Amino acid sequence: MPFLDAVRLALQQIWVQKLKSFFTLLGVMIGVTFLIAVVSIVGGMSRYMTEQLVGKIMAVNSFELRHRPNINMGDHDDNYWRELRRRPRIKESDIEPVASALPDGVLWAAVGNDNLAASSRYVSKPKGVTAFTVTDDYFTIKRMAPVSGRLFSPQEFERGMPVIVIGQDVADYFFPALDPVGRELTIRGIPYQIVGLMEKQGSAFGFSFDKFIIAPHKSAINRYVNAHGVIDAIMIQTPSREGLLSTQETVRQVMRARHGLRPSQKDDFSLETSDSALEFWNKIKSYLVIAGVALPAIGLVVGAIVIMNIMLVAVAERTREIGIRKSLGARRRDIMSQFLVESATLSTVGAALGVATGFAFAKLIAAVTPLPAAVELWSVFLGVGIGAGVGIIAGAYPASRASRLDPITALRAE
Amino acid sequence: MSQDTIEAPLGATAERQAVLATSGEAPGKDWVIVTRGIKREYDMGGEIVRALRGVDLAIQRNEYVAIMGPSGSGKSTLMNVIGCLDTPTEGEYWLNGSRVSSMSDDELARVRNKEIGFVFQTFNLLPRATALHNVELPLVYAGVGSVERKRRAREALSRVQLDGRMDHRPNELSGGQRQRVAIARALVNNPSILLADEPTGNLDSTTSQEIMRVFESLADQGQTVIMVTHEPDIARHARRVVVLRDGLIASDERRSAFVEKLGVTV
Repeated sequence: MPFLDAVRLALQQIWVQKLKSFFTLLGVMIGVTFLIAVVSIVGGMSRYMTEQLVGKIMAVNSFELRHRPNINMGDHDDNYWRELRRRPRIKESDIEPVASALPDGVLWAAVGNDNLAASSRYVSKPKGVTAFTVTDDYFTIKRMAPVSGRLFSPQEFERGMPVIVIGQDVADYFFPALDPVGRELTIRGIPYQIVGLMEKQGSAFGFSFDKFIIAPHKSAINRYVNAHGVIDAIMIQTPSREGLLSTQETVRQVMRARHGLRPSQKDDFSLETSDSALEFWNKIKSYLVIAGVALPAIGLVVGAIVIMNIMLVAVAERTREIGIRKSLGARRRDIMSQFLVESATLSTVGAALGVATGFAFAKLIAAVTPLPAAVELWSVFLGVGIGAGVGIIAGAYPASRASRLDPITALRAE
Repeated sequence: MSQDTIEAPLGATAERQAVLATSGEAPGKDWVIVTRGIKREYDMGGEIVRALRGVDLAIQRNEYVAIMGPSGSGKSTLMNVIGCLDTPTEGEYWLNGSRVSSMSDDELARVRNKEIGFVFQTFNLLPRATALHNVELPLVYAGVGSVERKRRAREALSRVQLDGRMDHRPNELSGGQRQRVAIARALVNNPSILLADEPTGNLDSTTSQEIMRVFESLADQGQTVIMVTHEPDIARHARRVVVLRDGLIASDERRSAFVEKLGVTV
């Protein structure tokens, strides 16, 4: 029997017994629903972690020399934290030796940041902002550009002028319905002139990346951001991914020499990349994916058993039909494929419904919780493929029973 | 070949020769059906039931044959064997020159599809399919494309005067109409034989006559028809009557003689 005829026959069969078919494919549907929902949410979180969270904090092809990692994910024991506390800070005097060891084309910037209270004459209440002090190449490395105004001039960097650029949230709070460029923001009693408003950075997990002000490293604000002679990090960016490891190694050797470490001693500083920050997330993700596949698998097994039972009932109910078909010249494989296609169609329809409800479920979760959801195309194919597979496996035994029926006995069946 | 099966009464000597000729070689072209020493035994819980005990039968192309006999005479078993739904325990069966008794399941299915058109007492139509789709079924298994299938099914239905009923389901048709759908289905693949099992068993006498007229006209057009029945009234329409008793052929006569014996005027 031609395949399309068999599918049409199966769909008719499903349509004739809508309610029964619905209950039959419920198991597969629920299994696939969970599969799609979990995969979408894990996928969404993953994209969020890489692009939004870590991507916003870390620039591409870059690493940061810090005395301890900025992003700590995962469970660490007390020894780890004790060791971190004993580490020496990165000093201003480290900048020059590190920078001069870098190969040509590699960009670097010294960075410090802290939360400081700021105020403006347009709003009565002061508010905390994240204040950064940076050197020349910071904006290039982070690929940040102003939407209005400008960045700092070399002179402003060089002389440490009281100028800042600000983020969208800062502009919205301190300068409601006003153009902030050219106006002043006061921090610790010192007014700073706003020369630029930066483009929106977005947020992650309800955490905004636009509550910042940035000032030249040498400006007066630095004394509140960094303790004397100390900086938070040196940010280093290679032109491509290839140079990243060797440049890291260069910086490591410079710092080990400066800290006088013996070969047996471990680094007492960290070279943090976006990969190392994501390492823990990737570990969680693999567990989530396993759970996301294992739990639906239970649903699919139950679904397969239900389909097998329903198909056995269908074979018993339609024994006479099988007899008629055999008397008209249906071969074993025709009967076999008829029932296989029927159970595969049944279960694929269930899987397709599961894909739809799975997406709806994922979107619902994304709408009511901060968890994001991303539609993964491969999970659609996987879901539908699993559906067809479950149907074929569940249908195999009933179909083979049907095909082996004796035509005379089958014709006599009521 | 045992002696007692030879003694079973046969009709014309040509038929006897056709049966005797089939020791391993194909009978002549004119013979649609030749069986030689067909036995069929069933194991019913340890007890062996001998439904057929050595049947020799030869049927020529274009014949219209009724197989009669009381219940338990083995006529249904013979019909199943002839229809390739059942295989004999012993003996040879040649259908249209091919030795059916040694065929595999798939080959038998092919023979049922191409060579045999069944008409059953209970019609055996698929209840949820339209008349047209029911008639299409043998063509589906013959691998005929959808357009050609519909055309031939329509043609077969109009041959049995059901042009206006093609999209009706069996439960929307009368008994006579259902049986005509079944006849259309049996004929759609141009089979060598039309095999009917008590075709009027579920019909009233008027409708039975109507179905018999359909058979008659098919036989007139040259269709080989074999009909199993226990009603002499129905059997008298056939041109040859084979009577089975206890799994053996008891008599095999041309119509004129049979009708005379029954004392029925045609």
